[in-house]
Amino acid sequence: MNSADFAAIAPIIALGGGVTLVMLQVAARRSAGLTRLSALLVLLVALAASVWCEFGDARNVTVLLRADLLSTLFAGLFCASAALCVLLSRDYLPGLSDEGDEYYLLLLLATLGGVVLAYANHAASLLLGLELLSVSLYALIAYPSRVPTAVEAATKYLVLSGGASATMLFGFALLYAATGSLGFTDIGAGLAGSELGPAISSLSAVLVVSGLAFKLSAAPFHLWAPDVYEGSPAPVTAFLATVAKAAPFVVLLRLVFDAGLLGLPGVAEVFAVLAVLSILVGNLLALLQDNIKRILAYSSIAHMGYLLLIFVVAQNPEHRPLAGEAAVFYLFAYVPTTLAAFGLLALINSAGDGDDRAAVDDITGLFWRQPVLATLMVVALLSLSGIPLTAGFIGKLYLFAAVVAGAHWFMVGALVLGSAIAIYYYLRLVYQMSQPAPEGAPEIALDAGTISIVLFLTAVILALGVLPQLLMGYVHGIF
Amino acid sequence: MILLALVLVPLLGGLAAWLSQGIDRNLPRWVSLATCIAGLAVLFSGAAPTLPGAGDSFLDGGWLLHWRVDWIPRFGISFELGLDGLSLLLIALTYALGLIAVAASWTEIDRRQGLFQANLLWTLAGVCGVFLALDMILFFLFWEVMLVPMYLLIAIWGHEGRAYASMKFFIFTQVSGLLMLLAIVALAWQGAAINGELSFSYGDLLGLAFEPQVGFLLMLGFFLAFTVKLPAFPFHTWLPDAHTQAPTAGSVLLAGILLKTGAYGLMRFTLPLFPEASIALAPVAMLLGVAGVVYGALLAFAQTDFKRLVAYSSVSHMGFVLLGLYAFNELGLQGAVLQMITHGASTAALFMMAGALQHRLHTRDMRRMGGLWVQAPRMGACALFFVLASLGLPGLGNFVAEFLVFMGLFAVAPWMTAAAATGMVAAAVYALWLMQLSFHGKPDPQRTMADFGLREMSAMAVLMIALLWIGLFPQSVLDLASPAVNGVETLFQQTLPVEVVAR
Repeated sequence: MNSADFAAIAPIIALGGGVTLVMLQVAARRSAGLTRLSALLVLLVALAASVWCEFGDARNVTVLLRADLLSTLFAGLFCASAALCVLLSRDYLPGLSDEGDEYYLLLLLATLGGVVLAYANHAASLLLGLELLSVSLYALIAYPSRVPTAVEAATKYLVLSGGASATMLFGFALLYAATGSLGFTDIGAGLAGSELGPAISSLSAVLVVSGLAFKLSAAPFHLWAPDVYEGSPAPVTAFLATVAKAAPFVVLLRLVFDAGLLGLPGVAEVFAVLAVLSILVGNLLALLQDNIKRILAYSSIAHMGYLLLIFVVAQNPEHRPLAGEAAVFYLFAYVPTTLAAFGLLALINSAGDGDDRAAVDDITGLFWRQPVLATLMVVALLSLSGIPLTAGFIGKLYLFAAVVAGAHWFMVGALVLGSAIAIYYYLRLVYQMSQPAPEGAPEIALDAGTISIVLFLTAVILALGVLPQLLMGYVHGIF
Repeated sequence: MILLALVLVPLLGGLAAWLSQGIDRNLPRWVSLATCIAGLAVLFSGAAPTLPGAGDSFLDGGWLLHWRVDWIPRFGISFELGLDGLSLLLIALTYALGLIAVAASWTEIDRRQGLFQANLLWTLAGVCGVFLALDMILFFLFWEVMLVPMYLLIAIWGHEGRAYASMKFFIFTQVSGLLMLLAIVALAWQGAAINGELSFSYGDLLGLAFEPQVGFLLMLGFFLAFTVKLPAFPFHTWLPDAHTQAPTAGSVLLAGILLKTGAYGLMRFTLPLFPEASIALAPVAMLLGVAGVVYGALLAFAQTDFKRLVAYSSVSHMGFVLLGLYAFNELGLQGAVLQMITHGASTAALFMMAGALQHRLHTRDMRRMGGLWVQAPRMGACALFFVLASLGLPGLGNFVAEFLVFMGLFAVAPWMTAAAATGMVAAAVYALWLMQLSFHGKPDPQRTMADFGLREMSAMAVLMIALLWIGLFPQSVLDLASPAVNGVETLFQQTLPVEVVAR
């Protein structure tokens, strides 16, 4: 490894070193406030490292990691999202536990896992990143230990996630048997001349994809998402819904593209089924919910469905760059939007005991009680439903463009139908916020710092929708 | 830059109105009033010098004003605005009805005035954008964005059934809008395949030669979005609910200008982009038009709710627009344009009347009215004027519009014309029924009510003068619209089979 290699993985180094330092600090002096500050500092350093560290062309750092435009983009995004989660936890955490130190430490570790996934180029780094992310999340979800639903959610996530990891490992074992290698590109090279035949190759690819689809909560592997979202404390749900969704998707994108899995018979069809099922299941079940967290959980299932569509498009090598761009932009736009929606829940439940008030009725009259928050939520909901001037619209435009370019008319139908259903449940929340506030609704006080976070998120969502060219240009360069 | 100002003025005005609430709770409506006047001033000062040069149609790029900057070069999307006579007329209508809407809401809105006026102005901004946008994605952007403030107007300040009505309004328009977005993207991809460069610009997409089936499907995407908005039978069911539940200013804007965006879209985009497919669809479109005219009129007759009656009459009147457009000749198209404007004026007045009555009597039920003329003679006279305008009395604008549509349509589809003409009879029935139930008969002696004051009378006077002017001197409006109309007509004369033109 030379200095350029170190620069290329600077965010990982910054996070890894930072976690160790924060751990030492906690050992020396326990103070939630101090730990929050140092965690924030580590995340900002890692963010700066991903933005400013120059390393020339894309390069492999050891066989495990690949540093390129894609990994830097998402490393930065994950650090920024985690930093926002830390900020959102400030007022929220004191109700949960007497000591908040481990919470921030776990959040840092989970972020490190996400960032490793953004760089992963090998089955080993994929597993390391994924387990680092998941194991930290088990503890984070169960953090409000006095709330039974949180413990239930963590257990559910732990058991199902373990099953998914096992499935994925089995898939990688088969891929190794077929190709003799675990690096993504080597797998792709080996698959062509595999001695075990295409049936085994396809099976192993499907197993790996299923394991990752579980992390993405794509239907039919979605059963955990609503319960876990509902049971987790709101800032953790925010992390779970953004970083813990985007990171597995990035690695899935890299694996599928680099290893050429779409060339195997049946794999694209599996993606098509996953996508259409997720779109339908997510949107239809979201209609029936009365809890905002559950609505957003089902809506995230649907959004993962939209994202999985692009693998169907990418089947044709000619459309692969456009499909990849669409996926990256959509994913990038999805993160601040979702963060905003869950951030709102964290803010209206600050200093609670982790058992969030997230029923649809709880936001009645938010427009009049706390206009800044309500504006953020409206912008986020409009972005999720793909109304112009928001990030979500550009993402949707990309998806439409990709699917139309590939002429997959059945998928187009699913996309339109899903978006049409989704308007109802997003709009229901907007309507609820616009109605007169009930008597005795709790006051929501925001200090200047919180308001600036809220305004920042609003501005990001709108900026991505109004001036998307900067990000588009960057994303165009990836593929 | 003038074009950008036309969109920015109401946008910033809305922001100012919202913020001005902090200074004085009655300030927002003055800000709103000033913004609408400023918009009209910008429009006329900017467009007047260019008018003598008008003559070329959009086919030859004959825009009075045109402005374009790159926006998202990755997809060939630009920020492109253009103004011709047709959009000039409609934007003038937009701002004028904006003034009427502000007047209508002057005392009606007693809570959160700032946000109310802001949403009102933002709706105007979105509508102006729709009438100006020449890039398909930009057009779609304005098309969707104007929904949000309108939705909030209904959802926050609406009447008892606002939850259902506002949701239905949004979902109908949004879902049909998604189909349009799909058609837009597919159209651009077709264009890229033919021209070799991806572009969403109207000028680049005109005159593409599609395979007939592809063209027809793309056209359907646009047609559905616009006919839902128009609304044409059978997509009209959102309209009575939304109009009835919206606050008065909301109804005025909805009926007066939002419906016109559908008609405008058909004329600006569906017909010129897909002439062949439009000809193939013409019999169906005409049938929908006739059905709308007759069915809307019959349902209007069955209503007891003042606002609902006017809402159904809108369905009937917008049927004429569809008929005029799909006649594909100059008379029909001119009739459709005139109908957009005169219907905007007459319906806005009737909705304002409905709002004023509800404000005074706390009911929209006509069975509980009766004899109002005795108690409020000025209201009665105004109502009579606009009711007569709406049923098509010669001398008023609506008559000219409907007559032109009939003339145009008769040349191509005499039987359709005959069927649509029965709608005129029904219009007389429901219009007079409305007048009789609410203003004639014995007044309730228990009731005391204020007549129209200066503010309301001046709003009414503006609309009366407009309708009289169009009724007596329609040529001035026809001249403004003629470049756009001639453009469409030329396109269709090139496309239509010879024998149809001859007939």
